[in-house]
Amino acid sequence: MSTIPSTGPHSPSSKVRRRRKFDAVRVMSFISLVIITFLMLLPLFFMVSTSLKSKREMLKFPPTFLPETWQWSNYKDIFDTLQFGTLYGNSLLIGGLTVVGTLISSSLAAYGFARYRGKGKNIWFMLLLSTMMLPYPAIMIPQFILFSKMNWIDTFLPLIVPAFFGSAYNIFLLRQFFTTLPDELFDAGRIDGCGEFRMWLKIALPLSGPALATVAIFAFIYSWNDLLTPVLYLSSSEKFTLPVGMASLTSSRFRIPPWHLLMVASVLAMVPIVTLFAIAQKRFVEGIVLTGIK
Amino acid sequence: MTHREGRRQTLYMYLFLSPWLIGFFVFALYPILSSLYLSFTDYDIIHPPVFVGLANYTEMFNNELFWKSVVVTLRYTVISVPIQLVLGLGFALLLHQKIPFRGFFRTAMYFPSMVSGVAMSLLWYWIFNPQIGLFNYVLSWFGIKGPAWLMNPDTSLYALIIMSLWTVGTGMILFLAGLQGVPASLIEAAELDGAGRFKTFLNVTLPMISPVLLFQLIMGAIDSFQVFTQAFVMTQGGPNYSTWFYVYNLYTSAFKEYRAGYSSALAWVLLIVVMLFTALVMKLSNRYVHYEGGGNK
Repeated sequence: MSTIPSTGPHSPSSKVRRRRKFDAVRVMSFISLVIITFLMLLPLFFMVSTSLKSKREMLKFPPTFLPETWQWSNYKDIFDTLQFGTLYGNSLLIGGLTVVGTLISSSLAAYGFARYRGKGKNIWFMLLLSTMMLPYPAIMIPQFILFSKMNWIDTFLPLIVPAFFGSAYNIFLLRQFFTTLPDELFDAGRIDGCGEFRMWLKIALPLSGPALATVAIFAFIYSWNDLLTPVLYLSSSEKFTLPVGMASLTSSRFRIPPWHLLMVASVLAMVPIVTLFAIAQKRFVEGIVLTGIK
Repeated sequence: MTHREGRRQTLYMYLFLSPWLIGFFVFALYPILSSLYLSFTDYDIIHPPVFVGLANYTEMFNNELFWKSVVVTLRYTVISVPIQLVLGLGFALLLHQKIPFRGFFRTAMYFPSMVSGVAMSLLWYWIFNPQIGLFNYVLSWFGIKGPAWLMNPDTSLYALIIMSLWTVGTGMILFLAGLQGVPASLIEAAELDGAGRFKTFLNVTLPMISPVLLFQLIMGAIDSFQVFTQAFVMTQGGPNYSTWFYVYNLYTSAFKEYRAGYSSALAWVLLIVVMLFTALVMKLSNRYVHYEGGGNK
């Protein structure tokens, strides 16, 4: 308050000066943004253009910006060279089931944490938070031994089943969201004779669209990109996931890496993620923010 | 709360928690304890484990590859995480102004983050190819003759660090959200008091977004302790072990050499490092990080 009078007489001129200074800053910012964006998008541009080049053209240096002949057949060849259809299908199946499992189990646990004050809740919540930081490599060996005793090696089960038992990160995220739902809704439900389980299904879940979408997207992307887990468990090539199959493209079985096919695979691997992003762009960003700020 | 109501609350809480509770015991607690036990044994996964005391740990500290992996991972973390934070915040500050095509810039800068995992590794495997790759081509515009990147032990780790900066968009979005949460009245007040842009940023904006900074520091460091995909796809830990990351070392000793006991010791060291690191950062942050409303969180 006390500062207001002192700025009185000088404020008009200082405002003008400030605006001009701001403009210089903004012009510089704009130019920097153009350069940064150009550099960031350049690899993507070449990813797409290389994916359409011929075997001969992909080895040219300097690389041509646009293909001399647009070789659309590369996108057909990847299905023969790499069993791409199988890989893609496997990854979609595993990703889809992971999403289903994560949504059910994580929202149940999150509801338990958000809506009830049972004995020992704080201890369990602390344990939940501490498993959020748990590095997968630290537990993968006993998990591997466990799953191999269950004869689950070379099946999709080790990649899917754990998702049905909740993931700490998503439980935390959903719990944060559930606690913002007004108590009155649930009180009203209880008066109407609604059971506890039905309230989770009919009140909490329908009101949590954005949070559930975020969890679904994160679970899918995590599963879609995961390399370490499928590398451990899958041994027969018809069961490989997309990342495992794609990783084999850099192996020494190719004398010269088939660069154009590498790029085709990368472009196609991006498709589901970009689609999800396009559908739920706003929620996606909200979701990143939701998980990032606690 | 009546006694009966209390019991009802407890009953339903555990009912809803039960899937996660099973998961916690089977997929988290049991593996942690089991790997602690295994770390004191010699175990090839086929024959029963043999108790060897601290032998795995003493071997680890005398093992050249173990130290190599520690140095590689630490160097990667110490260089890439701060640069990622600075660039993420810098880009967010650029975008946190009234600027034409703001939405386009934001999407464009986030876009690379969607090419994560193996796809990104394949793309950059090509970009860093010294004969035909994009990176040395772009350098040649400025008259620079680039090195052999992934094929040279002196540059391979730096190539992976450069690659990690490509996905700085995720961090940028987090910072942007943090910046939007800084009340405009605070900034105005600082400016009225005669603070310049830089001073306002240092004394108002930065403390206000320090929780975001802290979160990204912890998550970024924990992620880079666990780098695996790049090493597996692009370099196989080479050349000459220059990208022999900690988790790649763990993976190799467990699943290529079938030394589950020794690898469990490696796993436990990783676990302890992650816990200590998180605790240390949280402790330091009590002093430096500002949480709205006074209390922590």
